[in-house]
Amino acid sequence: MRAALPILTVLAAIVALWYAAVAPMNIRGALDVAERAGEDVVPAESRARFDQSVWRLMLNNAEYIPLGYALDRPRLPTPGQVGAELWKTTGEMALRGRPMSKRSLIYHGWITLQSTLWGFALGTVLGMAGAIAIVYSRVVNMSLMPWAIISQTVPIVALAPMIIVLSSQVGIEGRGVPKAIISAYLCYFPVLVGMVKGLRSPGAAQLDLLKTYSASGLQAFLKLRLPASMPYLFTSLKIGIAAALVGTIVGELPTGAISGLGARILIGDQFGTPLAIWAALFAAAILAGVLVTLLDLIQRATLRRMGMQA
Amino acid sequence: MLDQAEASAPDRSTTKPVISAKSLDLTFQTNDGPVHALSGVDLDIGKGEFVSFIGPSGCGKTTFLRCIAALETPTGGTLTVNGMSPDEARRARAYGYVFQAAGLYPWRTIEKNIALPLEIMGYSKSEQDARIERVLDLVELSNFGKKYPWQLSGGMQQRASIARALAFDADILLMDEPFGALDEIVRDHLNEQLLDLWARTEKTIGFVTHSIPEAVYLSTKIVVMSPRPGRITDVIDSPLPKERPLDIRDTPEFLQIAHRVREGLRAGHAYDD
Repeated sequence: MRAALPILTVLAAIVALWYAAVAPMNIRGALDVAERAGEDVVPAESRARFDQSVWRLMLNNAEYIPLGYALDRPRLPTPGQVGAELWKTTGEMALRGRPMSKRSLIYHGWITLQSTLWGFALGTVLGMAGAIAIVYSRVVNMSLMPWAIISQTVPIVALAPMIIVLSSQVGIEGRGVPKAIISAYLCYFPVLVGMVKGLRSPGAAQLDLLKTYSASGLQAFLKLRLPASMPYLFTSLKIGIAAALVGTIVGELPTGAISGLGARILIGDQFGTPLAIWAALFAAAILAGVLVTLLDLIQRATLRRMGMQA
Repeated sequence: MLDQAEASAPDRSTTKPVISAKSLDLTFQTNDGPVHALSGVDLDIGKGEFVSFIGPSGCGKTTFLRCIAALETPTGGTLTVNGMSPDEARRARAYGYVFQAAGLYPWRTIEKNIALPLEIMGYSKSEQDARIERVLDLVELSNFGKKYPWQLSGGMQQRASIARALAFDADILLMDEPFGALDEIVRDHLNEQLLDLWARTEKTIGFVTHSIPEAVYLSTKIVVMSPRPGRITDVIDSPLPKERPLDIRDTPEFLQIAHRVREGLRAGHAYDD
């Protein structure tokens, strides 16, 4: 509870800064609207206003600044507008009994969440399997690790359309699978790196101890390396699930998808409805926050059960 | 059965040694050329002896202990443990090993840490429980079985790790500077406890240490070693009685042995310069 005050202070500062930024960002739009309504603005012509800085426009047209806070298509919507749009496309639709309508962010969030979870599962399995192979085989360590690092240097935006084209070539219907693959592609790497570090965390003395018991390799893995890697794994999973969500959204962007939060962002951009973009952005951020928090709770419960001070 | 075994138990001096090394060599190949960790080591350790290895860093005392445990492989000479090769002896569970760091698993309670070797060796659950209770009692940690390692002091953690090494009834206990990281008072207390435990269990103990008083106080035999190449410079059979209160360290006999150990160490250092 003692943390509440500083958190709220920072939040208030961000919101205040945001509200302050709305005025210069939207002054041109506000003056355009005012001009069309026949008001007197300085200068009167849109072209002439284009050559002036926003600060000068605000100075000369102070009475129209409030108009910038209530535009239909603002350059920068206010937090209130974003909140209202978010409510309109989630809570309100749920209250009207149509949470899974095509215009509801709950529906689009659900589409994105599904691919994210599939990608997360796939990426986690691949990352853990790769880590085990790397830790137990020198050859794999030297051959696989460089590729894993290179894979993360390729921009995912360039790769995503290719994955979609290629998966449709091999007869995979729909966008669920390619989206999950793109998501897994971003997610496996932190899991791999964290898990390698975790599996290698037991010291030489710990491994010698097991040797004095003539323990088998499998016993050493199950009784020492795997439990020792748990704190590392959870840290990686939290990064991994956020990456999986980003991967899914990127997978929804350039591919002509019509559902999912990524598609909402792209469509909002094409139709010039910034409120829709911002609402989808916030929905994605909230989704990521919920997923990471859930993992955090699972981590605490697991580590506490294992007796470690979490 | 028991009476028979006792009656037929032969005199210690005439039995075959438990650990026997003959002209043992171990050379590590490093980038800076070969390092002679052990050179021409001859040593017999009899059943029930408490043998301390003392010497400066690099004298090979830990390496010798690791050879007995089959954690290192000698490059020359012969080494037998219970008449077998160290590898066979390990598989026959001939020894328990105590490292300098307690090395308890933080995710296991003290009980579960002691159960670790028993699980690996396939003891039944009821057998595990019985053994855990017995060794916890031996190291006076009976009420701490359910605690996690971080809830125990350093000295208690090391006692738990000794209990873990005792759990599967190995006749030999190998200890590599087990009390090196503990303060003097805790160390005294643990030394007393260790002697008591040794008297009760009649184990053969190999004990690596840096401390002259610790070596003299604990041992029936003190092996003084020196570095480059790692070798034995003196073996002292202690005339001290088996019963040793802490104040035995102020007796002339004790000081005499300590003096001889110190002389041996100094001779080893002179070679160094």
